[in-house]
Amino acid sequence: MISEQLPALQVVVPLIAAAFCLVLARPLGAWLITFAASAASMAVSFLMLNTVMDSGVIDYTFGGWAAPFGIAYRVDLVNAYVLMIVSTISTVVSVFARASVTSEIETHNQGFFYTAWLLCLTGLLGITITGDAFNLFVFLEISSLSSYALIAMGADRRALTAAYQYLIMGTIGATFILIGVGLLYALTGTLNMLDLAQRLPDVANTRTARTGFAFLTVGLGLKIALFPLHLWLPNAYAYAPSAVSAFLAATATKVAVYVLLRFVFSVFGVEFALGAMPLALGLAILGSVAVLSASTIAIFQQNLKRMLAYSSVAQIGYLALGVSLATPAGLTATLLHLFNHALMKGALFVALGCIAWRIGSSRLQDFAGLGYRMPWTMGAFVVGGLSLIGIPLTAGFISKWHLILAALEKGWWPITVVIIAGSLLAVIYVWQVVERAYLAKPPAETSRAEAPASMLIPAWLLAIANLYFGLHTDLSVGIASRAAASLFGVVP
Amino acid sequence: MIDNPVLRIIAKIIIPMILLFALYVQFHGDYGPGGGFQAGVIFAAGFILYGLVFGTEALRSAIPPGVLRLLIAVGLLLFAGVGVVTMLAGSDYLAYNALAQDPLAGQHLGILAVEFGVGITVSAVMITIFLAFAGRNDP
Repeated sequence: MISEQLPALQVVVPLIAAAFCLVLARPLGAWLITFAASAASMAVSFLMLNTVMDSGVIDYTFGGWAAPFGIAYRVDLVNAYVLMIVSTISTVVSVFARASVTSEIETHNQGFFYTAWLLCLTGLLGITITGDAFNLFVFLEISSLSSYALIAMGADRRALTAAYQYLIMGTIGATFILIGVGLLYALTGTLNMLDLAQRLPDVANTRTARTGFAFLTVGLGLKIALFPLHLWLPNAYAYAPSAVSAFLAATATKVAVYVLLRFVFSVFGVEFALGAMPLALGLAILGSVAVLSASTIAIFQQNLKRMLAYSSVAQIGYLALGVSLATPAGLTATLLHLFNHALMKGALFVALGCIAWRIGSSRLQDFAGLGYRMPWTMGAFVVGGLSLIGIPLTAGFISKWHLILAALEKGWWPITVVIIAGSLLAVIYVWQVVERAYLAKPPAETSRAEAPASMLIPAWLLAIANLYFGLHTDLSVGIASRAAASLFGVVP
Repeated sequence: MIDNPVLRIIAKIIIPMILLFALYVQFHGDYGPGGGFQAGVIFAAGFILYGLVFGTEALRSAIPPGVLRLLIAVGLLLFAGVGVVTMLAGSDYLAYNALAQDPLAGQHLGILAVEFGVGITVSAVMITIFLAFAGRNDP
């Protein structure tokens, strides 16, 4: 019986847990609830992924109202895969969050912090699992509003302006998405994605459909932080609490990319979205510019959280490039990078959080000698950095390799040049950190002072995952290629 | 504004009516226009008027922030809990038919409980937002 209710539980468990967190408001209890709820949703997502791999799509209807009228959840391989990424990252990072939050956030706000965390998780999971375009918007707002609150809790006072900037940009993005959904509803009279996919081809050649598509893609571009709509992201990630940076960097933009994929491939269809509309060319150009410009800007950052944030903008460029190829191979690379980037950015931001916990700074100049003071933390950081560059034997290499293969297969060799140039730029910004941490003259005090185990274990879990998925690609590549094939198939 | 007798007395007369009307909108919602959200906003408007006339301190002692926080969670839990109950009854999430022997009675009970949850959370959130802005300079 419970196996039939999994899609509902996926969203309901963190939602109910959020309410309990608010009542309890005790830091330790709230953290325990957060961890337990994250772990429970992780278990649910793995069970669903397993079911989908074995027996295909899971449908779920709310309140007993059948699909086109009621709200339906539809779990296929693509969103089962994204649900797995989001819930796993939330679980791993929430372990790290306990010590990090204790040092960064005032005690009376910690209950609110965990409540917002769970609401954000609810929103992200809901966006991913739903099969209803308007329900998607509702969950988008839940996750966005709670992430503004999470970012604003950063210890730095600039966190407030960063959150406000994100609020304005995010709201514009959400409004665009809502206008897009509204136009589609006006055109087809349905909000269910399956229904939309059936009815849109007949009316695709109208101005309303094209306008709706344009609003949706621009709104999602803002949420994804696709160049040049990325301006909110560096400040938001740089001034947010460390745990929030790690959580959001690894999940929020990924979920937005998933929504783009869902609309492009499942709702509008490849012929319309990447054929009739000039989206592929746009994504190719903007993706290339994102990779090159954001990687270059990252080199000049003194605050490492900001550096990683710019690097995230560049990684989003790679994701866009994969989509722009409009081939199953390119889409596989995008889906693969979605997973691998979550692992590497998770590892890097968590390691940076450990450093911030110990030395109270994430500025490059304070990193001198850190390789000796915090060898384990810096070790995890270096593994994450290598993966970010795309050194063989790390997860980052696998996704870049697939992306380059896909670009060559399509014959778009300039894309491969961009990817390689981006990797070389990544070498520069990662090397800066390594050089400062291991080779620069350390300050007088060089006693060993590691972060606590509750922070190190998540960092190393993610770092080891980077190595594991660099060697054993069956699981990640297998799911990604099957998911890509299902997006290209007829079934949404 | 507490010094102004007209405002003070009119507010005292009007506030009970606002609250009563909110309850009407709440529980008549399944027959006519209305429902949890509207009722919650109207209910909160009564408290906000009280806060405007008698000051945020008086409002805070009438309904302490801790209680508001509890109410926000309780409303949400009532909504989500109805879904859990229907799930435990062997049906889908929020399938009200499972709440009673007669499906119609089940639907009735379900929507009433869910809307009541919405009303509680909405009114508590509205008052909290008012206090957050208007009570910024309070000690």
